[in-house]
Amino acid sequence: MDGLFDFQVITNNFTYFMVGRYPEGPLGGLGLTLYLAAVSCILSFFGGLILGLLSLSRHAAIRYPVNLFINTFRGMPLLMVIFWMYFLLPALLGKTVPESRTVIMGLTIFTSAYMSQIVIAGIKGIPKGQTEAAISTGLKPWQAMVYVVLPQGLRNMIPSFVNQFVSLIKDTSLAFIVGVSELTHVATQVNNRTMSSPTEIFIFIAVVYFLICYAFTTLSRWLEGRLAWRKAI
Amino acid sequence: MIKFNAVHKWFKSLHVLNDINLSVQQGEVVVVCGPSGSGKSTLIRTINQLEPIDKGSLIVDGMDLCDKKTDINRLRAEVGFVFQQFNLYPHLSVLNNITLAPTKIRKTPRKDAEEQAMALLERVGLANKRDSYPSQLSGGQQQRVAIARALAMKPKIMLFDEPTSALDPEMIGEVLAVMQDLARSGMTMVCVTHEMGFAREVADRVVFMDHGVILEEAEPEEFFRNPQHDRAKQFLKQLLSPMH
Repeated sequence: MDGLFDFQVITNNFTYFMVGRYPEGPLGGLGLTLYLAAVSCILSFFGGLILGLLSLSRHAAIRYPVNLFINTFRGMPLLMVIFWMYFLLPALLGKTVPESRTVIMGLTIFTSAYMSQIVIAGIKGIPKGQTEAAISTGLKPWQAMVYVVLPQGLRNMIPSFVNQFVSLIKDTSLAFIVGVSELTHVATQVNNRTMSSPTEIFIFIAVVYFLICYAFTTLSRWLEGRLAWRKAI
Repeated sequence: MIKFNAVHKWFKSLHVLNDINLSVQQGEVVVVCGPSGSGKSTLIRTINQLEPIDKGSLIVDGMDLCDKKTDINRLRAEVGFVFQQFNLYPHLSVLNNITLAPTKIRKTPRKDAEEQAMALLERVGLANKRDSYPSQLSGGQQQRVAIARALAMKPKIMLFDEPTSALDPEMIGEVLAVMQDLARSGMTMVCVTHEMGFAREVADRVVFMDHGVILEEAEPEEFFRNPQHDRAKQFLKQLLSPMH
């Protein structure tokens, strides 16, 4: 029984796993992971919505560049996008950008490209008669979209959104590669420092990732239930 | 009120509307009938430009639909449209289905819009369903709500595209009754329908179409008693006794 696993390394470094050097230093660990995930999640929701709507535009001059943008980022590994942001953003802006911000940019652009496809599918899934009925009463096409099509479409999109967001939460671990001290990075640091219990450390963070994702899925299922208008009689 | 002048329309190589000339006066009720694929639905959908026309001219309520400067959204607000499949908004209550357009387009205050909606629901006999959702209503009830929704914009013209074709037989009557009531109130109406009883009772004119062409245009009595065209004779025979 003695010492198959020794989780003392976790308890010894618990605060460091949770918040990094905060409040003396910058936020790190799980706190930073959640921060990266939450900000990217919110930004890519709107990013995906905007990209999706634009790529359904009647005007080819809007549609084509947007589709090119979407397909470019969908056809690229996320790691590459993060590297790109890491090297490109400072070059473009001519000043240094905090690593966590480059990661948020990378995650947002990448996830937005995927989300846009969910938005497109969700909108196309609403019968054409809904738009026709709305514009027949004199609503402008954008009003038909906002008041009639999107409210129905968004509800259908929720399960796919959740899927994408769960991916996003896990993808924040890639921030590790540009030295952002989120949960995975903190884990490798502790592992390098202690050199004694890699199994325990990586079991621990696996469980933490699982719990966040599970909690998020549960929350969204509850939300979905609340949003459901009565379908059956 | 509505004037088609040598209107043509193609779907790819299919000539769906072929030299349509038709005018509808204010207060007139015109029934359009014909076999399926004859272009009657397309015809009625051109009137509020759910389908644009390719050639000819179409004037609705004094607005030229081919003129780029015509504000189509404004025109559509003046023309009510009732669909075969009702197309109520499933995420909104009956009341909100009706008040959506008036509050957004006419900027009618919420309270007034609701009062008007209630008056319309009263008129179609569904005042007690104001808080129901479309999925909780029967087909006939949904279609009556759809008519109320179209009327909420106080349109000058009402278009009906096979309003009873998706209904169970015992629900057709309630919808036709609402339409009849509307016709009596002096509404300008164009109805695509196979309800010949309705055509006979209510219509001022019957238009018979086949293959995108208007083959006959006559008063209902005349049309039913003495159809001129062979295709119309055959159609009426089929309609009256489908077994033969």
